Amino acid sequence: MNRSLTVGLCGALLLALSGCGKEETPPASKAAAPQETVIKIGHAAPLTGGIAHLGKDNENGARLAIEEANARGLTIGGKKVKFELLAEDDEEKPDRGPIIAQKFIDAKVAGVVGHLNSGVSIPASTVYGQAGIPMVTGSSTNPKLTEQGLKNVFRTVGRDDQQGPAIASYLATEYKPKVVAVIDDATAYGEGLGNEVEKTLTAAGIKVLPREKGSKDSRDWKAVLTKVKGKKPDAIFYGGMDATAGPLLKQGRELGIKVVFAFGDGACTNTMKDLAGDAAEGLVCSQAGIPVQAASAKFLTDYKARFNAEPIQYSPFTYDSTQLLIAAMQKADSADPAKFLPELAKISYDGATGRIEFDDKGDRKNAEMTIFMMKSGRIEPLAIVKGGATIKYEDFIKSAATAASAAPAAAAAPAK
Amino acid sequence: MDIFLQQIINGLTLGSVYAIVALGYTMVYGIIQLINFAHGEVVMIGAMVAFTVIGWLAANTALPPLAIVLIGTIAAIPVCVAVGYALEVFAYRRLRHAPRLAPLITAIGASIVLQQIAMMIWSRNPLAFPQIIPNTVYAVGGATITLVQLAIIITSVAMMIGLTLVVYRTRLGVAMRAASQNAPIAGLMGVNVNGVIAATFMIGAALAAVAGVMVGTYYGIAHYTMGALLGLKAFCAAVLGGIGNLAGAMLGGMLLGIVEALGAGYIGDFTNNVFGSNYQDVFAFLVLIAVLVFRPSGLLGERIGERA
Repeated sequence: MNRSLTVGLCGALLLALSGCGKEETPPASKAAAPQETVIKIGHAAPLTGGIAHLGKDNENGARLAIEEANARGLTIGGKKVKFELLAEDDEEKPDRGPIIAQKFIDAKVAGVVGHLNSGVSIPASTVYGQAGIPMVTGSSTNPKLTEQGLKNVFRTVGRDDQQGPAIASYLATEYKPKVVAVIDDATAYGEGLGNEVEKTLTAAGIKVLPREKGSKDSRDWKAVLTKVKGKKPDAIFYGGMDATAGPLLKQGRELGIKVVFAFGDGACTNTMKDLAGDAAEGLVCSQAGIPVQAASAKFLTDYKARFNAEPIQYSPFTYDSTQLLIAAMQKADSADPAKFLPELAKISYDGATGRIEFDDKGDRKNAEMTIFMMKSGRIEPLAIVKGGATIKYEDFIKSAATAASAAPAAAAAPAK
Repeated sequence: MDIFLQQIINGLTLGSVYAIVALGYTMVYGIIQLINFAHGEVVMIGAMVAFTVIGWLAANTALPPLAIVLIGTIAAIPVCVAVGYALEVFAYRRLRHAPRLAPLITAIGASIVLQQIAMMIWSRNPLAFPQIIPNTVYAVGGATITLVQLAIIITSVAMMIGLTLVVYRTRLGVAMRAASQNAPIAGLMGVNVNGVIAATFMIGAALAAVAGVMVGTYYGIAHYTMGALLGLKAFCAAVLGGIGNLAGAMLGGMLLGIVEALGAGYIGDFTNNVFGSNYQDVFAFLVLIAVLVFRPSGLLGERIGERA
C-alpha cells in the first residue's frame, strides 16, 4: 500500500515537473530515440520485508544479464534494441503477485523473470498466462507452479518434489532417524517442501510427527520447539526462509535439542551463521540447484565487479532466466511474446548454471539438487543429487571442470 | 511437567517484552487517548541503534560483554527518546484537537516513515545481532532458562517497578495523572500539559529502547520490519489488560505471552492435531475477544480514574 502511494506521489511530482519544464526538453534525446527499440523485461521479488536481501540478489542477477546484453548491442527484427529492466517489489505477498503482473502487462513487457516466492509466483502466473507473456522463475520451487498446464511458465531451478526427496533421503541414509519432526512457515513454499519431505520419510518407514507451523514473520519458536522436544525426535526439518530459520535453530539449541536440524533452500545460505551463531554448526540443508560457488567463473567475477557483493543464492538462476528470454528473442528475431515463446520452450542454452533445457511442463530437465552442511561458519556442498543419483560434490566439480576445460583446450589446440 | 514449566518460562520471557512495549501504548493512551501505532517502530529503532553500537564495540574493543550490551542500551535510549519526542511534536501535537481518526492515521503514517528510514539506514537484510553474551543455560526443574531470558524477565520487572514509582511517587507522575484526568484543568492548575505529554512519549520511548535491545539479543536478529508485529501484539496486550491502565498493561503482556506459549504447546495435543501450533495467534486473539466480551474495558480497565 505504501509503495503505490509513493508511486502515485512520484507520478504527480513528475507530471508537475514535466508541466513546467516542457519547453526545456532538449531535442537531442528525441532524435536519438527512434533508432533504438526498447524491450522491457520485468523482474519481481520481495525488495522489502524479511527476505528482501534474497530478492535484491535475484534482481541483481537479472540486472547483470540485461546490462551485458545491452553492452553486446543486439539487433532484433532488424532494429538495434535496448533492454530495460522493470524491477518491482512484490513484498512476498501472494495478493501482490497478480497486481504486479497486471502492471507489467500494462507496461508491455516482453517477458518476466520471477517471482521469488512460490506463493507469489503461482497466482501471478495465471495473469501472465492470460496475456501470453512468458515468465521464467529462478527460485520458485513449488511443483504446482508448472503443474497448472500454463504454456508460458518456466523455471531454471529444480522442484520441491525433487528437493524434498533429496534432503529427506540424505537425512534418512546419513542419520538413520526413527522419528522426525517437520515444521514449516505456513507458506506455499514451506508447506509444500515440508509435505515432500514428509512423504519421502514416511515411505522410508520413518515416523513423522504431526506438523508444527509458524508464520513467515515468526521469531519466537520456543513454544513450538519445546513441544517438539517433548516428543523426542531424532531429526528436525524446517521448511521456511532464513530470517525465521535462524532464530529457530538458535532457540532449538538453547532448549537443549541436540539432534540434527535440516532446512530447505530458503534457509541454505551463509547468513545462517550470522543469524544463529555457533548453533548453525552442523546444519544440513539443500538447494534446488547447483551451489552459487559452482556457477560460471565469469558470472561470479562480473557480479562481484558490478555490485561489490557476493552473490547469495539464486542470482545465477535469475541471470540465466534473463539470458534465456533474450536468447529466445534473438532466435525468433522478435520481441513479440507470441513469436519467441515457442523458441523459449525448445531452447538449449549453456548458462552460468550449466545447460538449460525445458521439459513439456516448463521445468528444467535434469535439475541438480545440492546438499550442504554448515562447517566452521560456511555452508559446504556435500553432495549433488541429479536424476535420483547422489554424487559427491568433489566428483561433481571434477566432472564439471573436465567438461569445461575440454572446450578451451580444443580451441587452444589449433593455435599451437 | 518439565515441558509445561518450559512453556511457562517461554511465555514469561515473551510476555515481559510485550509488557514493556504495552506500557508505552497504555501511557500515551491514558493521557491523550491516542493509539500510537508508531510505538512498535520505536522499539525497532532501539534494536537497530543497539545493533550498531554493540557490533562496533564488540569488534573494536575488549570490553566485557555485559558492559557492551549496557553501553548499547544506553546509546539506544537517547535516540529512541528523541524519536518519541519528535513523533509527539511533529506528528501529534498539531492534531491534538483534531477528530480522533486524524492522529490515528498520522500514527500509521509515522510508522511507515520510520520503517522506511530504518530500511535506508540499516538495509533490507535481517541483521544478525552480535552474539557476545555467553549462552549459558540454567536447568530449572527439568526445564532450561538462558542467561538472556533471565535478564529479560528481571529487567522488565525492575522497569515496571521503576515506572510505577515514577507515576505514583514523583511530581512528574502527579502531573501525568492530573493531565490524564482532565488536561485543560490541569493546565489551569499550572501543569505544563505539553511538557507532560512529551515526557510521557519520552518515557515510553525509553522503555521501547530497552525492549528493542531485549528482543534483539534474545532472537539474535534485528530487522526493519520487526516492530510492526511486536507493536500489534503489545497493543493487544494493553487492550487485554485495560488500555490506559499501567498494571493492566503489565498483566496483559505477561498473560498474552503465556497464552501464546501454551497455545502453541498444547492446542495440537488437545484437538488431536486438527489445529496445529499455527493457531497460536488465533488462540491468543480468541482469549482477547473472550476477555473483552465479558470485560469490555479489559481486565483492569475500570479504574479509569487512576490511569496515567
